[in-house]
Amino acid sequence: MNALIYAFLAVGAVFNGLGAVALLRFPDVYTRIHGATKCTTFGSIFSILAVVVYGAMRGGGDGIGMVIRALLALVFLLLTNPTGSHALARAAHRAGIKPFRAVVDRLEERK
Amino acid sequence: MRRVAQIAATFALAFLVYLVLTLPSGSLGLWSLDELLAGAVISLLVALVSHRLLWERGGWRLLNPWRWLVFLVYLFGPFLLAMAKANLDVAYRVITGRINPGIVKFNPGLKTDAGRTMLANSITLTPGTLTLEVDEETGDFYVHWINVRHVDPKPEEVCGPLPHWAKVVAE
Repeated sequence: MNALIYAFLAVGAVFNGLGAVALLRFPDVYTRIHGATKCTTFGSIFSILAVVVYGAMRGGGDGIGMVIRALLALVFLLLTNPTGSHALARAAHRAGIKPFRAVVDRLEERK
Repeated sequence: MRRVAQIAATFALAFLVYLVLTLPSGSLGLWSLDELLAGAVISLLVALVSHRLLWERGGWRLLNPWRWLVFLVYLFGPFLLAMAKANLDVAYRVITGRINPGIVKFNPGLKTDAGRTMLANSITLTPGTLTLEVDEETGDFYVHWINVRHVDPKPEEVCGPLPHWAKVVAE
């Protein structure tokens, strides 16, 4: 079971790392949101899964509490992360930031 | 009367989440008296502030347990699969830098706030696609797509089976 925890932590760390690299490599705010929020979400899911497995292994009141809280944290992460990304991206577009090298921009055409 | 029902339902939901969050904390059954009181006060405040936003436009339908069951199936089945695939795809694009971004428009034909919210959030959580705007009247989705394959895509090309599931779960 320890191996499973380490595997989850490793996958989580790799995807969080990729999120950080994406911030440096991608050219504009929209693509950076792709990189940052998504790799962070996937990375965080695996980190939280590691906590869940650890809590389940430990058992007892503390362990079960850990599992429940970690799962709740995951639920709220999945609810709030896309809402926040959407608000950021929409605000950026309303502020007039053009997507970098976009092949098409239907939202601009609507106005 | 309706307002009281709205407040009561919001209070119950918020209090339930608080109870789960503070689960093994004390002497009164599973909870301590402090936690129960604090939870009740906080839930009441939340209910007074947010009950209007939650139920006005067809939120009641979401309390149906069948929808919750289908939602869980969706979450751990098609959604997780789509997210895993797309995460690997974006990881590849991060490393190679091969992107072809653009903002596309499509209409998945969803009518309700809940369905649109669910699809928009699913699209944003799926790497490579990011919902910028939803037209409240026509239901058009404006999505930033990191790898545009068609300038005028069908909904399935951008987000696979997700619109179908949003319809089943929320509408």
